Amino acid sequence: MLGEGILKGMAETAKNFFGSYFSAERLTTVEYPEERIAPFEAARVFPFLVYDGADWEAGLRCVACQICEKECPPKCIYIEKSKDKKPDAVGKPQFYPARFDIDISVCMSCQICVEVCPFEAIKMDTEFELSTTDRFGGLLLDRKQLAKPDEYYQKIHPTEAHEVDAKLAVEKAKADAKAKSAIAASAAKAAVIAGEGA
Amino acid sequence: MSVTEELLNQRPEGWNRPAPQVPDDEGELLEIAMGPHHPSTHGVFRMDVALDGERVVRLKAVFGYLHRNHEKIAEGVSYLASMPYTDRLDYICPITNNWAYALAVEKLAGQEVPERAEYLRVILGELTRFQNHASSIGFLIQEMGASGTPLMYAFKAREKVLDLFEELTGARMMVNYMRFGGCRVDASPAWLERTRKVVAGLPGFVDEFERLLATNEILMARTQGVGILKPELAINAGVTGPMLRASGVNYDIRKVDGYGIYNRFNFRVPLGDHGDVYDRFMIRLLEMRESIGILNQALKEIPIGPVMDPKAKLRGFRPKAGEAYGRIEAPKGELGFYLISDGGPNPYRYRVRPPSLINLTVLEDMCLGHDVADVVLIFGSVDIVLGEVDR
Repeated sequence: MLGEGILKGMAETAKNFFGSYFSAERLTTVEYPEERIAPFEAARVFPFLVYDGADWEAGLRCVACQICEKECPPKCIYIEKSKDKKPDAVGKPQFYPARFDIDISVCMSCQICVEVCPFEAIKMDTEFELSTTDRFGGLLLDRKQLAKPDEYYQKIHPTEAHEVDAKLAVEKAKADAKAKSAIAASAAKAAVIAGEGA
Repeated sequence: MSVTEELLNQRPEGWNRPAPQVPDDEGELLEIAMGPHHPSTHGVFRMDVALDGERVVRLKAVFGYLHRNHEKIAEGVSYLASMPYTDRLDYICPITNNWAYALAVEKLAGQEVPERAEYLRVILGELTRFQNHASSIGFLIQEMGASGTPLMYAFKAREKVLDLFEELTGARMMVNYMRFGGCRVDASPAWLERTRKVVAGLPGFVDEFERLLATNEILMARTQGVGILKPELAINAGVTGPMLRASGVNYDIRKVDGYGIYNRFNFRVPLGDHGDVYDRFMIRLLEMRESIGILNQALKEIPIGPVMDPKAKLRGFRPKAGEAYGRIEAPKGELGFYLISDGGPNPYRYRVRPPSLINLTVLEDMCLGHDVADVVLIFGSVDIVLGEVDR
């Protein structure tokens, strides 16, 4: 019969239309600003810099090695290395970024900077409501705007942060052991020198 | 016929194009530029059409409005840094772009891929094929004039697949997931469980889509016998993918090459009979069903193990000098990456063989003699993404 296929299709749309009043599964959208879907744990938007402790400037994990700057596909990262050194989380003196800018109007959220970073210093944010009226200055983030505490990172990517913490703890333990043995060695040396003196 | 027209209608030997359409003596030809901002062109693409009344006499495709210098950029950056750029070629199915590029580099470097990573690639690749075909059918029907409904049905299913992508890779579309020697992150058991649940719901969606569209009289009247592509011409022009199979040529790279682990799976290759728009529409529906079959097998068999080859290098990756061509059956056809390495950190030559562009070269042959309203439909049935056509 001519028109049978059309009627069959119409029945399908009618089923979906009336079904949406009874079954929540048929509703696929939410009213965005009022209702929100929680982002997935793996979600990524733009990078940020992680810092430990309370002071953002002293706690930055970044040591300005500039690997992310080199590997970044669209080259949206700009780093200036410091002249002096400051102690990092382990206590080893390291360089720090005197300047660290990310142009998020260029960034394409590919996460390669996070993958190549050997110091777990740069991570991906999940904040996506970033509209601004200043299209140049407002989208060029400096290191102060990029710095976010480790607690924030633990909150947005708990599973990943757990692994990172385990890895950092191992590194710290290694560094501590090394420092201890160095102290012991120097103490022994001092003792030897003292013995020679006596 | 003027000299210019004669030149335009010249056909190379063995090209098998349809006979040139000669306008009747009354009146003049009307030349229309459809696009670059025509709503039917999926982006920025221009068709210079010469019309005799409503009949298409000549059609010239104009590419390049979305040219982004992809190949040259890739020659200037490291192998790894090109991976996120491949997402942006065919942005409807970024996973298969990643896969084709990873395959080419793995061939170049002689890199092995762990078992679990191969399974994950197949699962994600077939999910991509499913959502690409669903949305491509939706767009096709949208261009026929059914604004909204079938497209929204398709997007409802696509949304579920994209949620899976986001949960695993962190992004809905620009996934940047594959690496040379495996995949970036491992799938958790919870993700696999959710995927099984989503895949279990997909046949219901295909059934619904079929009831909604496949026997619709208006759709059949508009699409059957329209835009016929002869198998000889399809082979000569290098057309691949569902377009070629709709013309009745049995050529699927998953079967021919058996790249990855595809020779382990049991699936059929649907073939068309007439090579018209309706056949291309039906082929996509049938391929969706085959994809679900492969997904079920892969989700059942997926082993436990690493997803990255421990010997694979992320930074400082320098394959030895040589060349390689990696190709896969992307949802739109044969997607290939041709790479020449001179031993340096970035490729000496990087070339993409995009299915969309090459499938589009037969557009004029399919459109000649049809009404201008059918041009939109035939163009939609080719299933292109302009990001891949222009690169």
